[in-house]
Amino acid sequence: MYVAVKGGERAIDAAHQWLAEERRGDTDVPEMSVAQIREQMRLAVNRVMAEGSLYDPDLAALAIKQARGDLIEAIFLIRAYRTTLPRFGASRPVDTDAMAVERRVSATFKDLPGGQILGPTFDYTHRLLDFKLAAEGEAPVAGRADTGVGHVPHVTGFLNREGLIEEQPSSDDTPPDLTREPLELPANRALRLQALTRADEGFTLGLAYSTQRGYARNHAFVGELRIGAVEVEMDIPELGFAISIGEVTLTECETVNQFKGSKTEPPQFTRGYGLVFGQTERKAISMALVDRALRWEELGEDNVGAPAQDAEFVLYHSDNIQATGFLEHIKLPHYVDFQSELELVRKLRRSAGAQDLQEAAE
Amino acid sequence: MTEQSYNFAYLDEQTKRMIRRAILKGLAIPGYQVPFASREMPTPYGWGTGGVQVSAATLTPDDTFKVIDQGADDTTNAVSIRRFFERTAGVAVTTKTSEATVIQTRHRIPEEPLTEGQILVYQVPIPEPLRFLEPRETETRKMHALEEYGLMHVKLYEDIARHGHIATSYAYPVKVEERYVMDPSPIPKFDNPKLEMAAIQLFGAGREQRIYAIPPYTGIVSLDFEDHPFEPTKADHPCGLCGAADSYLDEVITDDAGGRMFVCSDTDYCESRRAQGHRGKDAA
Repeated sequence: MYVAVKGGERAIDAAHQWLAEERRGDTDVPEMSVAQIREQMRLAVNRVMAEGSLYDPDLAALAIKQARGDLIEAIFLIRAYRTTLPRFGASRPVDTDAMAVERRVSATFKDLPGGQILGPTFDYTHRLLDFKLAAEGEAPVAGRADTGVGHVPHVTGFLNREGLIEEQPSSDDTPPDLTREPLELPANRALRLQALTRADEGFTLGLAYSTQRGYARNHAFVGELRIGAVEVEMDIPELGFAISIGEVTLTECETVNQFKGSKTEPPQFTRGYGLVFGQTERKAISMALVDRALRWEELGEDNVGAPAQDAEFVLYHSDNIQATGFLEHIKLPHYVDFQSELELVRKLRRSAGAQDLQEAAE
Repeated sequence: MTEQSYNFAYLDEQTKRMIRRAILKGLAIPGYQVPFASREMPTPYGWGTGGVQVSAATLTPDDTFKVIDQGADDTTNAVSIRRFFERTAGVAVTTKTSEATVIQTRHRIPEEPLTEGQILVYQVPIPEPLRFLEPRETETRKMHALEEYGLMHVKLYEDIARHGHIATSYAYPVKVEERYVMDPSPIPKFDNPKLEMAAIQLFGAGREQRIYAIPPYTGIVSLDFEDHPFEPTKADHPCGLCGAADSYLDEVITDDAGGRMFVCSDTDYCESRRAQGHRGKDAA
């Protein structure tokens, strides 16, 4: 006997309780603190801050804990929190030239002012499982040396002196903000970069990789990758000058792309740009490659129909919170639509069957 | 149990004002999709964030709120959204269609005719009726501007040529006041005739950042051809619980031997009828 389903509320409450219990796992194992996640899962924290568009390592660590390590879920928690925050104003553009670099490499020059600084990188580690970590050994303390690094100028600046790389004129225009205005196309470069910096890392990586494999290849060299802290300054109207309100760690990637010239532009190197919260190299490099691919129109290049050249395709599908929401919503009830499809398929089958019978009779 | 730490109905007043402007523009241009700066909500995209934002901008403390999903008040997501506004707005809630001043719905229009003064808020997944014919937003906006709807008619014609029928059973496109072709959200086409109603209808698509609206008594025509007129369809049975012959039905599988029954998808409608003494053949 069918009884109309009741008890959705109780089911939801029970599911939430079960979820909380699962999140904690075996209670014989000590609970992780938010500080432990913040310090020891820092790259996960960075990704959550970058794609969550909110620079707050403590909240990002909390979100990761609450999301049981599901980073997209954690990003969602941060985004949902972020929208509730009041806006006091906007900072001045950060000056990455004055960055306190902890890592800075250039793939285009062997040596250069400021030097190559490897910093804390996985690049040359051998990917062998380190069983010492499982034994909870203490980490060695890294040696310290005074690098004597002062100002580290941008690599693209050197090329620019010779006019070998396109000018990137600075502008004081207020950039558009896709968290405040609906996305409308065509999107200018500032808006595209905003979308890319909070785009899903996997999606951005896949698109960037596709350009390397020939879908709108743009011959990218990593002119420079730099990671470090920059000051965030804000103009305070009551004071009449800017004060520093804190610092954020950023990864900046500038690619130098070969360019043979087009109808509108002379042969020169062109630029792709990536700027992402935290140490997030993969994302920053991917972003720079996709940025460059999306610039085909302003550089007078051919549209070869590659996905990475298609701003509408890229911008509408890069946000993982939108994507995962819409993807996962298909598990919600669709009885009503499915019922109407059942009726339709039954009707089509009836008319198809009638036709077959008629043909057999003829 | 109202949350004190959030503004009334969760969204801040500036955001609500922005959404109200979009709603008013939508009401002024019936069927036109108004872009709005949709916010990230604490529920996922696809769970009705557009509808929730429209409801948040529409609700006042004096409102009585009803939420249905698939016609039912007790489906999990309906429960979740109703609770959200109980928590953040402290509004009265009801399951009675006639008692509600604002009804948020997913995939159905209530069976009981709505009246003046009521607002029906739809959750919309893909607001663009032309989307599956043309994936580019830049193109479809142009097509609406130029009233270029030939592609849609070709699609419906091809259905008839291939299947003998128009093979769209839900989210069946309509023309609003002889101008805009509009997606009524994924309601079954059975509900399409109800789109001409006395209540205000608001459609919110959060992920796609669009709001559109149908003012009361607006003329709505489901697209069709003279020789293949539009036909609202439903399962050809009466409701097993209340015996209604005029309501949209869900098919429920009752055993693994082909047993099934048909029951009203609109739970309030079904319960009201049973309270009035109507009985279907499967009622206990």
